[in-house]
Amino acid sequence: MSVIQDKITQADQLVSLFEQNREVLNQGSSPILNRIREVSVKRFAQAGIPGLKNEDYKYTNLKAAFEKSYRQELVRESGLINLNEVFKNNLPELDAHLVFLVNGWFYNGNKPGSELPKGVVLGSLEQIANEQPELIQNYINRQSGLSNDPFAALNTAFAKDGFFLFVPKGVIIEKPVQIINLLSSEENLRVTQRNLVVAEAGSKVKLVVCDQTLTSVSYLVNSVSEVYVGEDAVVDVYTIQNHNNQSTVINSAFYRQQRNSVLNTGTFSLHGGLIRNNLKVTFSSDHSEANVNGLSFTDKKQHTDNFIIIEHASPNCLSNQIYKNILDDESTGAFSGRIHVARDAQQTNAFQRNNNVLLSDKARMQTKPQLIIDADDVKCSHGATVGQIDEDALFFLRARGIGEKDARMMLMNAFAHEVVQKITIESLRERIDELIEKRLNGEIARRHE
Amino acid sequence: MLTIKNLRASVEGKEILKGINLEVKAGEVHAIMGPNGSGKSTLANILAGKSDYEITEGEVTFLGEDLLELSPEIRSRSGLFLSFQYPVEIPGVPMISFLKASVNEHRKYKGLEPLTAGEFLKLMRSKKDMLHLDTELTNRSVNEGFSGGEKKKNEIFQMAMLEPKLSILDETDSGLDIDALRIVAEGVNALKTADNATIVVTHYQRLLDYIIPDFVHVLHNGRIVKTGGKELAFELEEKGYDWIKNGNEQSL
Repeated sequence: MSVIQDKITQADQLVSLFEQNREVLNQGSSPILNRIREVSVKRFAQAGIPGLKNEDYKYTNLKAAFEKSYRQELVRESGLINLNEVFKNNLPELDAHLVFLVNGWFYNGNKPGSELPKGVVLGSLEQIANEQPELIQNYINRQSGLSNDPFAALNTAFAKDGFFLFVPKGVIIEKPVQIINLLSSEENLRVTQRNLVVAEAGSKVKLVVCDQTLTSVSYLVNSVSEVYVGEDAVVDVYTIQNHNNQSTVINSAFYRQQRNSVLNTGTFSLHGGLIRNNLKVTFSSDHSEANVNGLSFTDKKQHTDNFIIIEHASPNCLSNQIYKNILDDESTGAFSGRIHVARDAQQTNAFQRNNNVLLSDKARMQTKPQLIIDADDVKCSHGATVGQIDEDALFFLRARGIGEKDARMMLMNAFAHEVVQKITIESLRERIDELIEKRLNGEIARRHE
Repeated sequence: MLTIKNLRASVEGKEILKGINLEVKAGEVHAIMGPNGSGKSTLANILAGKSDYEITEGEVTFLGEDLLELSPEIRSRSGLFLSFQYPVEIPGVPMISFLKASVNEHRKYKGLEPLTAGEFLKLMRSKKDMLHLDTELTNRSVNEGFSGGEKKKNEIFQMAMLEPKLSILDETDSGLDIDALRIVAEGVNALKTADNATIVVTHYQRLLDYIIPDFVHVLHNGRIVKTGGKELAFELEEKGYDWIKNGNEQSL
C-alpha cells in the first residue's frame, strides 16, 4: 500500500511541477518541442517512477533518488565557466571539435562552427529547433516516443535544450566531436537534457560525450539522446561517465540505423553513485552493423545498470555486444541484454557477452541475457561470466617480481583492455587507458571528494 | 644457496611432502626426478611461494633468508626463478610491458635505475637471439596463443632476462620437441655460471642429456629416496620408477 502511494506521490509531484510551469517550459521553446510535452507528461503520470516490481527496473531502485528535493533550471541560467579549470577534472583532452553543455544547456561560449565541414550543424537544440525546425521536426521523439520507458516520457515533457548535431549527406567529419556535459551547482539539481544527432546517408562522424560533475551535491540527471544513422553512414559514439557518489544518472540513447550503416558505441562508466544506461538499437533496414560495448567500474556503494535492447527488425544485420564490469567493495551492477529478432529478420547475426570481475565478497552482479527470436535463419549467441581475478595469473606475475597491487592492476587493465581496444579513436584509447589507471588507483574518486 | 630441512607440506589435509632435505650450492645443477604424484611440482611451487599449500614442518633458507617468510615477488627479486610447468596465458597483458615491469622491479630491488625503453629493447633483442625466439611473440599478450613449445621457450627467455641466482625448471621438457628441447637446454647452459644454481624437475631423463646434473635426487611419495650422480638418471631410465617404488617399499 505504502509503495503505491510513494509512486503516486513522486510522479504526482513532477506532474504538478510540470503543470505549474507549463508556460515557463513552453516559453522560448520551439512548437516542435512544446507540442510533444502534453502527451509525454500524461504517459509519465500513468507509468510513474518504476519500482523493483517493474521487470525492466528490477535491479535498479530509482525511488530513493527521486525522493530527494532538487532545484531545476527551467530556463537557461548558466553563467561563465572557467575552461582552463575544467580539464583538471580527469576529462580526456583530445584534438576534437569541442563544445560544452552546463547542467544540460548548450553553453553560450561555444564556437564550434568555423572548423566544421560545410553544412554541418552543431549547436543548441533549443536554438536550432527555433531557427531551423526543418532539421529537427522529422526526427525528434520519433524513437523515444515509441518507448515505454517512463523516464523517456518524463524527459520529453521537460526537455528544453541539449546538443544537436546534423551531418549532411556524404560529409565526413575527420576529427572527433567532443561534447562535455558539465554539472555544476551548489544545491541539489535535477537536470533534463535532450540531444539529437542526425547523420545523413554516407556521412561519417565520431562523437565523444563526457559527463563530469564539478561539485559534490546530488544530481539527478535524466538525459535522452536520439541518433539517426543514415544509409551507408558510420557513426561512433563514446560516452565517458564521471559523476560524484551522490549523483543519479538515467541516460537513454536510441539509435536507428538505415541500410548498410555502421554504429560503434562504447559506454565507459568510470565513476558515479547510480548509473542507469538505457541503450536501444533498431535496425530499420538491412545489412547494417552495430558494435555496442561497455565497461563499468564500481566501488563503495555505487551501482551501474546497463539495459540494452537490440531490435533486429530487418534481415542481414549484425550486432555485437561486449559489456564488462569490475566491481569492488559493496558495489552492485546489472546487465540486461535483450536481442529481438523479428520474423522477417532472416540471416541475422547477433552476439552478446557480459563478463564481470568481483573484487570483494560483498560486490554483486546481476546479469540477464534475453534472446527473443522469431526468425528461423539466424545466428545468435550470448554468454555471461561472473568471477574473480585469475589467481594463477596473479601468482605468475608475482613470481616474476611484480608486487601484488601492481599485478592486480595489470590484470584488471587486461580485463578492461578488450573493450578499450575497440575504440576507433586512437588518442581516446590512450586517454581511456590513463583514466582507467586513475580509476583503479583511486585518483578519480579523490577528485570527487 | 638453498637449504631445505625436513620440509613437510599438505594440501587440503593430504600430506604431499613428508620431510624433504636438500642442499643446493652455487655452481651446482640438481635434478629432481620422480614418478607422477611424487610431489615434484609441489616442491617447486612451494619454493616459489604459491599459497595453496600448508607448510606443517621444516624450514627453507635461501641466501641466508627464511624463504618461507617472503612473498613470491620478494623471492623473485631476491633471485629465485620458477619456470612454470604450465605457463598461464594472460590475454590483455602485453609481453613487453609485463617483462619491462618485471625487469625494472628486479633492478629497483637492487637499487638500480630502471632501464630506458632503448636499453630494455636492446637487452630483449640479445636474449631473444640466444633462444631463437620468434620476434613476433613479444608483441603479443603473455603466452596468448603460444604453442606448448613457445610457452616453455618464453619461460627460459624470462629467465635469461632476469638472470636469477637459483632457477627451478619445473617439467620444462614436457611438450617440447627435440629441437626446442635442445634450444631450451642450450639457453639454460649458457646462463649457467659459478655463482648461480639450477634445479631441474623432470619425469624423464632426456633433458638431462643436455643439462648435465651434478646431483640426481629421486622423489617418491613425498620423500627423497635416493640421491646420486648423473648416472642415477640413466639407471632410472633403464629400470623405470618401479625399481625405486619397489625398493622403497622393501626398505620400509
